[in-house]
Amino acid sequence: MNQLWIICRRELNSFFDSLMAYIMIIAFLGFSGFFTWLYLADIFFNNQASLQVFFSIAYWTLFFFIPALTMGLLAEENRSGTIELLLTKPVQDWQVIMGKFASTLILIVIALLLTLPYYITVANIGSIDHGAVISGYIGLILMSAAYISIGIFASSISNNQIVGFLLALFIGIIFHWIFGMISMTISGFFGELFHSLSTQAHFDSMSRGVIDIADILFFFSIIAIGLVGTASVMAKKHQ
Amino acid sequence: MDIVIQNLTKTYGPQKAVDNISFTVKTGEVLGFLGPNGAGKTTTMKAITSYLIPDSGEITVGSYSVSKEPQMVKKSIGYLPEHNSLYPEMDVIDYLQFVAELQGIPSSKIPGRILEMVEICGLEGEKHKKINELSKGYRQRVGLAQALIHDPAVLILDEPTTGLDPNQIVEIRELIRKIGREKTVLLSSHILAEVEATCDRIMIINKGKIVADGTSSELRKHAQGKEIVKITIEDADSEQVIKKIQSLDTVEWIDPLDETNAYEVQSRPNMSSRRDIFRLCSKEGWIITEMTPIQTKLEDIFHELTMKK
Repeated sequence: MNQLWIICRRELNSFFDSLMAYIMIIAFLGFSGFFTWLYLADIFFNNQASLQVFFSIAYWTLFFFIPALTMGLLAEENRSGTIELLLTKPVQDWQVIMGKFASTLILIVIALLLTLPYYITVANIGSIDHGAVISGYIGLILMSAAYISIGIFASSISNNQIVGFLLALFIGIIFHWIFGMISMTISGFFGELFHSLSTQAHFDSMSRGVIDIADILFFFSIIAIGLVGTASVMAKKHQ
Repeated sequence: MDIVIQNLTKTYGPQKAVDNISFTVKTGEVLGFLGPNGAGKTTTMKAITSYLIPDSGEITVGSYSVSKEPQMVKKSIGYLPEHNSLYPEMDVIDYLQFVAELQGIPSSKIPGRILEMVEICGLEGEKHKKINELSKGYRQRVGLAQALIHDPAVLILDEPTTGLDPNQIVEIRELIRKIGREKTVLLSSHILAEVEATCDRIMIINKGKIVADGTSSELRKHAQGKEIVKITIEDADSEQVIKKIQSLDTVEWIDPLDETNAYEVQSRPNMSSRRDIFRLCSKEGWIITEMTPIQTKLEDIFHELTMKK
């Protein structure tokens, strides 16, 4: 547990030292703030105060930002060879993976915490469904965790950060958009199946304030599959 | 802590990188691992650090088995890999702090250990620099510092002096010798002089097999017992010289050298041909202007052992 935290802290420092963290946070706040308050601006025309617009913008911005954060996590260690020095310390593979996972998730949570002023302001304009906002935030965190897990897996496969980025986007878009699209065009069992594999479906229900056990299960399954996949790729390096 | 390696084998595809080797490194011993590139030195070292899982064979470090208790083994080892890769964006001090924490040094002792490492490894002027601002020699020192920071019982150094200038090489060698008195050190190199200067024992490895093992003087003796002299004979026909010297009882072979009138003569085992050559020359009226015994160099032994077959 201690080793995990040491690795996590180093990664977080490196996010902030390399300005990655600041760029990501500023861009995220800028995008989501612009669309929430100015561009669509329906926040003032709706008779109900809600963060629906913010959630749907965050849904897409996080999808693009997360692969940029995760792309180098293992690819860069593989390329430069620092992974060898790290793994010859009294550290286990899973501690390295979880440390990196935790560092990125913490960064995303920091970015989301900084959007709390949006929530507070909107809540002051009119009556807001607090339950929906909380479950929407939980949905964003779970979705981010799932994409971080996919991103780390993509990063572990190659020595090239760009490959890590593109592969994470490619796997991500399948869940993020394609499954949802397919489920709309076909009906019956397969329609249901694709619907249940779509991030959009699970996130939408959460951002409206409905947390179903199936949603939680969906996100945790992706997280688990990504992390286990990463561990097996790393195990191969010892061969 | 002794390192014991038994029947270690590691294959990459069709090629055996390490082929069933066994050896022991004892506490207080500095073992030099010598061999051409691709001989299996690095593979063996990575297997000891538990980074590479061997196909077969058993490695123990002290009382810990590398395959069963890798975390305990890793705690006892300080490792400097061949490509000493460090996080470029980190400060020297921050990096050492990170490694010290990973090694489980109590946090109250960490600043003291870091200062000690900075002093031992000569990093005083660079300690607040980022690693990517350091020259190769200083990076190598940081590599050594991170390997030593937890005061490990076993040190594994893969080509520790690459990239260092001659003064630094001397310093690092002295440091290794000093450390080697109480620790178990395994270091690899393809520079013979280095191994000779730092190591108590030398092991030559080629194509995954151990081809020689002993102190440098033992290895020399292995090739000695055969005296080799360089002679220069003037005022003589070189064909005659070769023919007549070859026919001496004590001479095994004679070879003309590139210099004019110079030859290399090897005596038969445990014999000396120098007197016979002198007598022959005086009888024939040839003038000997040089006769120098050639000491078998470690280079020659290395060359002979690794180029054969």
